[in-house]
Amino acid sequence: MKFKISRDALVPVASVLAALAIGAILIAAQGHSPLEVYKVLIVKGFQSTAGLQATLSKAGILIMSGLAITFGLRAGLFNIGAQGQVLSGALAFTYIGYRVHGLPIWIHLPFALLVGALFGALVGGFAGYLKATRGVHEVISTIMLNSIMAAVVDYLTQNQFRLKSQPNTRTPDILHSARLPHIFGFPTGFIVAVILAVVVGWIFRKSTVGFELDTVGKNRNAAWYAGISVKKSIVLGMLISGAIAGFTGGMFSAETTGYFVPAFYSGIGFDGITIALLGRANPIAIIPGAIFIGGMRSAQSAIQFQAGVSPDIINLLLALVLFFATAPLIAKMIKSNAKSITTTSGWGS
Amino acid sequence: MKRFNIKIWQLLLTIALLAIWIYSYIANTDITNSVVASGMRFGMPLALAAMVGIMCERSGVINIGIEGTMLLSGFTGFYIASWSKNIVVGLLVAILTGVLTSFVHAMMTIQWKMDQIIAGTIINILASGLTSFLYKEGSTIPNSWPIFDIPLLGRLPFIGHAFFTQQGPIQYLGLLLIPAIWVMMYKTRWGLRTRAVGENPGSADTAGVSVIKVRMINVMIGGAIGGLVGGFICLELVGSFSKEFTAGSGFTALALMIFGRWNPMGAFAAAILFGLAQALSTQLQIFGVTNIPNQFITMLPYVFTIVVLAVSAGKVRPPAAAGRSYEKEQA
Amino acid sequence: MEALLRIENLSKSFPGVKANDDISIDVNKGEIVALLGENGAGKSTLVKSVFGLVKPDSGTITIKGEVIEPGDTAAAIRHGIGMVHQHFQLVPVMSVVENIILGDEPHKGAFVTKKAAREEVIALSKRYSLDVDPDAIVEDLPVGIQQRIEILKALRKDIDLLILDEPSAVLTPHEIDELLEVIRKLAASGVGILFITHKLHEVMAVADRVVVLRNGKLVGTTSPKETDEEGLAQMMVGRNVVLSVEKGPARVKEVALEIRELSVKDDRRLDAVTHFSLEVHAGEILGIAGVEGNGQRELVEAICGMRHRENGSVRVSGKDSPDMDPRGVHLMGVSHIPEDREKDGLVSSYSIADNLTLNQFNLKPFADKGVRNFAARDEYADRLVKEFDIRTPSFQNSASSLSGGNKQKVVVARELTQNAHVIVASQPTRGVDVGSIEFIHKQLISARDGGAAVLLVSAELDEILSLSDRIAVMFGGKIVAIIDGQGADRQYIGRLMAGLSE
Ligand SMILES: Nc1ncnc2c1ncn2[C@@H]1O[C@H](COP(=O)(O)OP(=O)(O)O)[C@@H](O)[C@H]1O
Ligand SMILES: [Mg+2]
Repeated sequence: MKFKISRDALVPVASVLAALAIGAILIAAQGHSPLEVYKVLIVKGFQSTAGLQATLSKAGILIMSGLAITFGLRAGLFNIGAQGQVLSGALAFTYIGYRVHGLPIWIHLPFALLVGALFGALVGGFAGYLKATRGVHEVISTIMLNSIMAAVVDYLTQNQFRLKSQPNTRTPDILHSARLPHIFGFPTGFIVAVILAVVVGWIFRKSTVGFELDTVGKNRNAAWYAGISVKKSIVLGMLISGAIAGFTGGMFSAETTGYFVPAFYSGIGFDGITIALLGRANPIAIIPGAIFIGGMRSAQSAIQFQAGVSPDIINLLLALVLFFATAPLIAKMIKSNAKSITTTSGWGS
Repeated sequence: MKRFNIKIWQLLLTIALLAIWIYSYIANTDITNSVVASGMRFGMPLALAAMVGIMCERSGVINIGIEGTMLLSGFTGFYIASWSKNIVVGLLVAILTGVLTSFVHAMMTIQWKMDQIIAGTIINILASGLTSFLYKEGSTIPNSWPIFDIPLLGRLPFIGHAFFTQQGPIQYLGLLLIPAIWVMMYKTRWGLRTRAVGENPGSADTAGVSVIKVRMINVMIGGAIGGLVGGFICLELVGSFSKEFTAGSGFTALALMIFGRWNPMGAFAAAILFGLAQALSTQLQIFGVTNIPNQFITMLPYVFTIVVLAVSAGKVRPPAAAGRSYEKEQA
Repeated sequence: MEALLRIENLSKSFPGVKANDDISIDVNKGEIVALLGENGAGKSTLVKSVFGLVKPDSGTITIKGEVIEPGDTAAAIRHGIGMVHQHFQLVPVMSVVENIILGDEPHKGAFVTKKAAREEVIALSKRYSLDVDPDAIVEDLPVGIQQRIEILKALRKDIDLLILDEPSAVLTPHEIDELLEVIRKLAASGVGILFITHKLHEVMAVADRVVVLRNGKLVGTTSPKETDEEGLAQMMVGRNVVLSVEKGPARVKEVALEIRELSVKDDRRLDAVTHFSLEVHAGEILGIAGVEGNGQRELVEAICGMRHRENGSVRVSGKDSPDMDPRGVHLMGVSHIPEDREKDGLVSSYSIADNLTLNQFNLKPFADKGVRNFAARDEYADRLVKEFDIRTPSFQNSASSLSGGNKQKVVVARELTQNAHVIVASQPTRGVDVGSIEFIHKQLISARDGGAAVLLVSAELDEILSLSDRIAVMFGGKIVAIIDGQGADRQYIGRLMAGLSE
């Protein structure tokens, strides 16, 4: 996992440049000025205090969802459908957040976050259970669970959890006792995310559980030989990955949204994949990528009305960054030896 | 293995036909016909998408980028058809797009030996990024493909209605294509080599068969089929392109491929069964037979996919080399 | 006379090793040339270059006066070269016919003509009197027959040169005799043979000429007439070697491992071990002889808790050991040297230190309350690297950086330093250089003398013969005989291994 800073760190940078170059061509082809668009991106995302705040707040969320994917990858599991776990965590959090009255913030908020994490863990853990016992590959099961959770969450928001007084479909507001306070205007979520990254890093570096998961991720046969239960590790890996995703959904609701509308959460889980792969499943190394993507995401809406380009340009740019950073194209050109990351290949259980 | 496979798909096909037949007795014929027709329309794109998976995995490449392949080719197919005012051109461009997309996939997995699951993910994310950015509302295609009955076959009892009436040309093409892939896989030299490469690339290599070439070509044929599906959905079934129209069906197709044991006819039978189940539930919904909330109806295919895999995945044996890139010097 | 095959100045390097260093060899028509050398000497690399599976860095390969394109298998086949590979290159799920015709299928247009293919295979098998069922699925066949399919594949085209890379590794003594007979016949019909082995008596029995490789270099050419097995061994290793192991008499104590009525299934859910009973005493080495694939792997995995026991019990020091719980079995004092170190025994991207503690990382002093103690691990690793002479600049290096022999030493060091009551050693010296073999053998004997019960499973009959105090012969998932290790008769055991009764 460790990689030499010099050449290997150049890969992501070169990838971003290549993506921006191709993006520029496509923007120009649509009759807009790429420079204008990129200027908006930088100004909105990284220049003003408000912009930076929004960027870091978004980055915190993305670090967390990146950690969810990373946790799975380290155990050889590709939790490609973390989005479904984010959604279930977010709705569970919101429900506790508006429904339970009269608790002080230091109980209500952690409790609601815990419930959010629990629901994420249930969904992720179910996929892990299916893999461990029935041999169902998590790539398919979590994608399916994604759609299932989207439908469940949609149903609940339209019925039981709906704020009836509003014309549009949404839940009631989360109580203040379950909202995340800012510390001197600094997004608290970002701090929590960095702490979480350090904790996950520590788990894989120093703890025996982390070593077990890592071993299962690297060589299942050897893990079993060494007395590590592969099935338990698969369930545990997906459970914790799901818990982090559910927690992410809760944190986003607590810090940013304030109530639940499914569309608020779109893309969080998928950006997590990009971030985890860019950081090569290293819990600390994913942070810069998350900040970069956080900046692009928080400037996204401004692009539409300030530069007149579809905000989906961000999706495209990120996809290109991921492509260049993961495919060994650029790595070969600058002679980096960073090993490309692997999941458990094959359909086997 | 092979003999066993054939039994399985025959069984599945029989069940599907039996289900149609029973249904046509208990319900009225018009409804039966429309359910069966819509079942075919649900099932065929999935069956064809499963063929993409089969072409790739039989030669040892896991392709979870089917979703992205369909999305991209549906996109180009639709907009080119709209721009050129010619749906045939649109379809051809869709197929070409599929080939190009799978070429990128093949480069990543076969030449650069990347992790195949990650390569497929990248294809999906790229496709989603490109299509959502380039998407423009308000385009239409000049016409859609005609819907017609096949003269003689359409009048066969039971299966005539199910397979040979009220469909468009690509649907019928699928009925030819899938058995053709089966024949290719089990009767031809290319099929023998493909299966050998997917099971033990070393055996093919030592017999003078180029593993890389067999894989590249199969993955690109798979891409062409993926492109066809994209065009099929956007130009024939739906008649328009909408963002993320694939909605996970590429993954469902993979599940059907596994359920059908990597056998083209098996996957076809599974897809038809799946399509019928979906058509039936939609029909029940429309007629108000049930008052299940529509979210739960939407959910059904996904639940079904998981159930299908939970029942079958642990018991089936994938092509032994699927997912692993080939290192020649370790032969 | 022009040589049939002429290899000239061939060199090939892999990262870190010069596998072939300026090698020149001729093979004449009708001649059997044995290529001899230790594991890792570069024999496979050399013949793979001839067959186009490896592209040499330099040098030329000429057959019947024509230079063949390097790195092109199809060209090698066209030039009349056939090869039987060290690792079978068969497709397990396909039929015998499909396997044999692969690459050059009888066809009409795009279609394979199954009937013609089948007839061709039947004719081929008649012609060389190598009997096979053309319609059988390969994975259902015993290894001896699979070997036959490999040979038929190679003989299918009219070949001038046949290369065999350790074809006898998985055969019974009887099957080996048959194989050598086929080789002689082929040579008599004018085919040149390049035959790789590291079994000296095979070389003595069949070769016209012997070429010896060591560390990628050609160190000499001789013939069975000019030398004997000791002489060949000396050329191979480069110094005097004692082919026998020195050990004192066993001081046998109480039963440490007791297997009763054990039944186990293989990966395909077929019976691999049936109603197997055996006792191994503390202080003895019990060797299990048998052709690979007769249930040894499944037996070992079931003993060590890695594979489900369908039936029966395994008791360690008088207590029942748990099923499907490798950690539980290990904690009862069972050490396990697995047969496939790359697959089961090591995590190649982990450091040597982590690999040396792979099944103790969670125990004191290497961890406390779930937190790992790196200082304890490193101190331990440092000691073991020295004690077991593991050749590496640092125990921080990854296991993948080690050579095969040193990888095996990591596994052996890990398993033999835990003061186990029972040591299950499966193919402990496979793919290991002679120096390491001697070392590992000494370690196993000193573990025995220290009071451990050693269950040794090996496909090398010589290893079983030289180490075991008692020998159990396994065939078809059962023990067919248990005999005293002292003065055991090689021929007799060979017959038992082949399933021939007495
Ligand atoms: N594909 C490969 N990549 C790297 N090293 C290799 C490869 N194949 C063989 N080697 C190395 O080359 C040397 C010779 O190997 P090989 O020819 O297989 O020996 P032999 O057949 O005599 O046992 C060994 O050190 C081995 O590790
Ligand atoms: Mg060899």
